[in-house]
Amino acid sequence: MALAPLIAAGPVIAAATEPVIPNYAAQSSSCEIHNDLFCGSWVSHNWGPVLWPALRDHILLALVAVGIGFVIAMALALAAHRFGWVERPTTAVTTILYTIPSLALFELLAAPVGLNVYSAEIALVSYTLLILFRNILAGLRSVPTEVLDAADGMGMSRGQALVRVELPLALPSIVAGLRIAIVTIIALTTVVYVIYNHGLGVPIHTALGEGPFKTELIAAGGLAIVLALFADGLLVAIQRLLTPWARARTG
Amino acid sequence: MHEFVEAFHFIARDGAVPGTPGLPSLARLTLETLKVSAIGVAISLVIAVPLGVWLGHLHRGSFLAINVGNVGRALPSLVVLAIGDAFLGLGLTVVEVALVILAVPPIVTNAYLGVDGVDRDLVDAARGMGMSAWETISRVELPLAAPLLFTGIRTAALFVVSTTTIAALAGFSGSLGDVIANETSYHFSGVLGAAICVAALALLVDGALLLVQRRLTPRGLRLEERARARGPLAEGAPA
Repeated sequence: MALAPLIAAGPVIAAATEPVIPNYAAQSSSCEIHNDLFCGSWVSHNWGPVLWPALRDHILLALVAVGIGFVIAMALALAAHRFGWVERPTTAVTTILYTIPSLALFELLAAPVGLNVYSAEIALVSYTLLILFRNILAGLRSVPTEVLDAADGMGMSRGQALVRVELPLALPSIVAGLRIAIVTIIALTTVVYVIYNHGLGVPIHTALGEGPFKTELIAAGGLAIVLALFADGLLVAIQRLLTPWARARTG
Repeated sequence: MHEFVEAFHFIARDGAVPGTPGLPSLARLTLETLKVSAIGVAISLVIAVPLGVWLGHLHRGSFLAINVGNVGRALPSLVVLAIGDAFLGLGLTVVEVALVILAVPPIVTNAYLGVDGVDRDLVDAARGMGMSAWETISRVELPLAAPLLFTGIRTAALFVVSTTTIAALAGFSGSLGDVIANETSYHFSGVLGAAICVAALALLVDGALLLVQRRLTPRGLRLEERARARGPLAEGAPA
């Protein structure tokens, strides 16, 4: 449960025998005591002990989830591209996974898997699958038949055509899927703390405490939003680098 | 799997926990969740559908309509709720505002994309037949945009149900999330039982909306969709 004693309860912290919660250690400026809108001093004092570890874990959790999700979705999409019947069952299962609300899915996984990083990652990965699968498959299918015929005529094998023609042409759709997935997962990772006490959800949870501590909420929440937008922008930049022909056409 | 058996017992007892009297019934919490969510979705529809459809009809504001969706996705429910709690206190009104903030973007984006993507020739034909702007929207553009429009509405409904339960983490009382956030009273079996109810509720809501979508999608589009689903099979094997 929330053990976050607010600044107002400062003296109590000093008297308590339990370990001091790092967020509210020692220094508390008047800004913090009055719970002003945003205390820069709190952020600079707590960047090292609180915010940075949370941000780092958040990034790792999200990256691992999208990475694993991408591998699985790519395999499924390639299978569905080759064997059409794979699409329906995959779409059905991934839609159900996507539909289950995060808080519920975390708890449902915590029962068999335990309160650990594995249940957190399984849940996060399951949310990426529908998005990535649909976008990769749509990308692969958007390749014009004439282009494939040309590849065939040039003597490319099926595998060569896939790697050198289909996947590059599907790239914009694949990156579009990755952008949606990473942004969604970064947002969802804030709830991971209920089963695995890591990520930006941790300082948010602490800050919600008894009477919410605004600075910590704005700092941690802001970091989550900025991280998502940054990741989105980064993928756009990567896509530009990887698809020079798209630029050549428009420019 | 023992926990799941216990969880189903908890559901069968309608949320009663032996030795802890005075807990609300699970059925009531489910209805409350549904009510809070329904209000959020309804308000969002009133705001977002006309906006998205109107922008799509004019083929304007694509930057706004598409980016509002991108930014909306980046907003974590918990952050929106927590900030609402910090500044206004988390009553029903603030929760509904948070729900609307999260539900409007996907509806606007998809309504825009749906209407904007309607074949211009069809719109011209409608005009040529003497349809007014309103008739063009209601009889041509909206029906043809129905699949995408409903994709947006279903996404929004998911966000809303999910966020309604997460609201409990930010201190809002009156949803199934109350049980999940209160393991002390309910034990893990109760938390798991409530999670099962939340999952079932979300799947039911999505299924119900899918049925409505099927009903409202014009028959021609449905046939086309089926043909497209079958198509790639034939294309898959190069000569």
